Amino acid sequence: METYGRHEYPGRLFIVEGVDGSGKSTQIALLRQWLISEGYTVFFSEWNSSPLVKKTTSRGKKKQLLTPTTFSLIHATDFADRTEHDIIPPLKAGAIVLADRYIYTAFARDVARNVDRQWVRELYQYAVKPTVAFYYRVPLEVSLSRILTGRTELKYYEAGMDLGLSNDPAESFKLFQQRIVNEYEAMVDEFDLTVMDATLPIPEQQRRMRKLIRPYLQSVRRIRTSAQDSAWAGLAREMRPSHADLQGRHGG
Amino acid sequence: MKDVQGIDTSGEKRRLMTRLEFYGIDAIHLKERDEILPGRLIVIEGTDGVGRSTQLHLLRPWLESSGYAVVDTEMTRSELVGAGLKQAKEGHTLGPITLNLFYATDFVDRFESQILPALRAGFIVLTDRYIYSLMARAIVRGADAGWIRSIYGLALIPDAIFYLRIGVDDLIPRVLQRGGFDHWESGMDMKLGGDLFDSFVNYQTRLLEQFDAMAIEYGFEVIDAVQPVERIVEQLKERMFPLLPQG
Repeated sequence: METYGRHEYPGRLFIVEGVDGSGKSTQIALLRQWLISEGYTVFFSEWNSSPLVKKTTSRGKKKQLLTPTTFSLIHATDFADRTEHDIIPPLKAGAIVLADRYIYTAFARDVARNVDRQWVRELYQYAVKPTVAFYYRVPLEVSLSRILTGRTELKYYEAGMDLGLSNDPAESFKLFQQRIVNEYEAMVDEFDLTVMDATLPIPEQQRRMRKLIRPYLQSVRRIRTSAQDSAWAGLAREMRPSHADLQGRHGG
Repeated sequence: MKDVQGIDTSGEKRRLMTRLEFYGIDAIHLKERDEILPGRLIVIEGTDGVGRSTQLHLLRPWLESSGYAVVDTEMTRSELVGAGLKQAKEGHTLGPITLNLFYATDFVDRFESQILPALRAGFIVLTDRYIYSLMARAIVRGADAGWIRSIYGLALIPDAIFYLRIGVDDLIPRVLQRGGFDHWESGMDMKLGGDLFDSFVNYQTRLLEQFDAMAIEYGFEVIDAVQPVERIVEQLKERMFPLLPQG
C-alpha cells in the first residue's frame, strides 16, 4: 500500500473543495466538459458515492447510529472504495481524474465534529495526493444564502445537529459551516491548496482554473487532438475566447 | 505514539479498573469523558478455527455463576456495519483498503456502542478477537503497518490478552473437522495458491507470523492451543481469576 504523496502515476488528479454553496461543483463540471472537448480521457468521481458502502452510510444516517468517529470511518471506507476503483486505476492508465470533494472535506467536517485532527489525517493516508487541489473560498454569508434560500429542510448530520450546537437546524448549520470554514482556512498552507475566489463571475473562475491546470496537461495522452468534431467545441470556444479568436474558422 | 510500557498485564494482577490507556491517539476523547471504567476488558485472540468461541462458551457461564455480568462481542456483528459488510464480502469488487476500513468501522461501532458502555457499567467484557486480528489481517493484505496501527490506536489497552497459539499443521485438521476451508479464512482474495488448501496454508502461515510478532510487542499471554479444550479453559480461568473485581 502506497501512502499519501508516494503514489507515482502517469495520470493527473484535480480536485475541488469548498463549503456547500461555494460553486465548486459548477466549476469542476465545466472543467470536465472542456477536458473532454480537448480529447482527454476523463474520470469523474463524487464524494460519498461508493455503491458498496452507500447502504451502510444511509442506514447509519437514517437511524442516527453514527458517532463522530464512526461517521468519519464510514466516509473513509466509502472513499477507499472510490480510491481503489475510480481513482487509482484511471490514474495508472494515464487518465485525468476529477473529484468533487476529496479528503480535505473529511478533515474539515470530522474535525468540526471534534474528531482528533491528527487521527483523521492518519486515517486517509492511503489517499493519492492531488496534482492540484482547488479550494473555492467564499464568504460564509454568501454560501449560506445560496444553500438556505428556497430550501425547506436540512438533514440531521448535514446540519451538524449531532453536535448539539443549536436546536434550530438552520442555526446549527450556520455554526457547523463556520467551523468547517475555519478548518479549510487552516488547511490552505498545510496541504498547499490553490485558493480560488468563488465570488467572481462563473466564466472568469473557469478561465482561471483552466489556466492553472494547463501546465500539468503537457505530457498527458489524448484520444483526440482536435476538438473540431466534438459536440463540445462550441462550449470550449465560449469558455476560452482568446483561443477561439485565433481559430476563427470554428465560427458559424 | 505507542505506549509500549503501559502494556504489562502480567506483572500487576490486582487493578481496580480498566485503565484509560491507549496504543495511540485517544481519538474518541475518552479521557475527557471518563475518569474510571470499573469493568474489565478481556481479549481472546487467535487465528481462524483455533477454538476461541469454544473457550468463550465455557468461560461465560463460569463468570456468570461467579456473579460477574458478562458482555461478549465479536467481529462483524455491529449494528451499523454488520449487514453491509457481509453483503460487500459476497460480491467481488471489495478492495483490500476498503475491506480494512469496513472492519475498522465495525470495530469502532462495537467499541463505542457495546464495549465502552459495558465497561462503564462494570461488566466483564469478553471479546472474541480485538484489534490484533484486524491488524494482522490488514498487514497480511498489504496495508501499511503504520497506517493501520494509527487507526486502531484509539482502542483501549485491554486488562489481558489471551492468545490461543497454534501452528498451521495442527490447525489444518481442526478446520477440516469444523467443516472445511472458508474462502476468506484461506485468503482466497489474495490469490496465494492454486486451490483452497494451498492458499489456506500460505495465508495462515503469514497471519501466524504477524500474531507471533504482536505477542511480544503487545504482551499477549500465550496459551498452547494444541492442548485439550478442558486443559485450556482451566488455564484461562486460573489466569483470569486475579483480574476480576474482588478476584
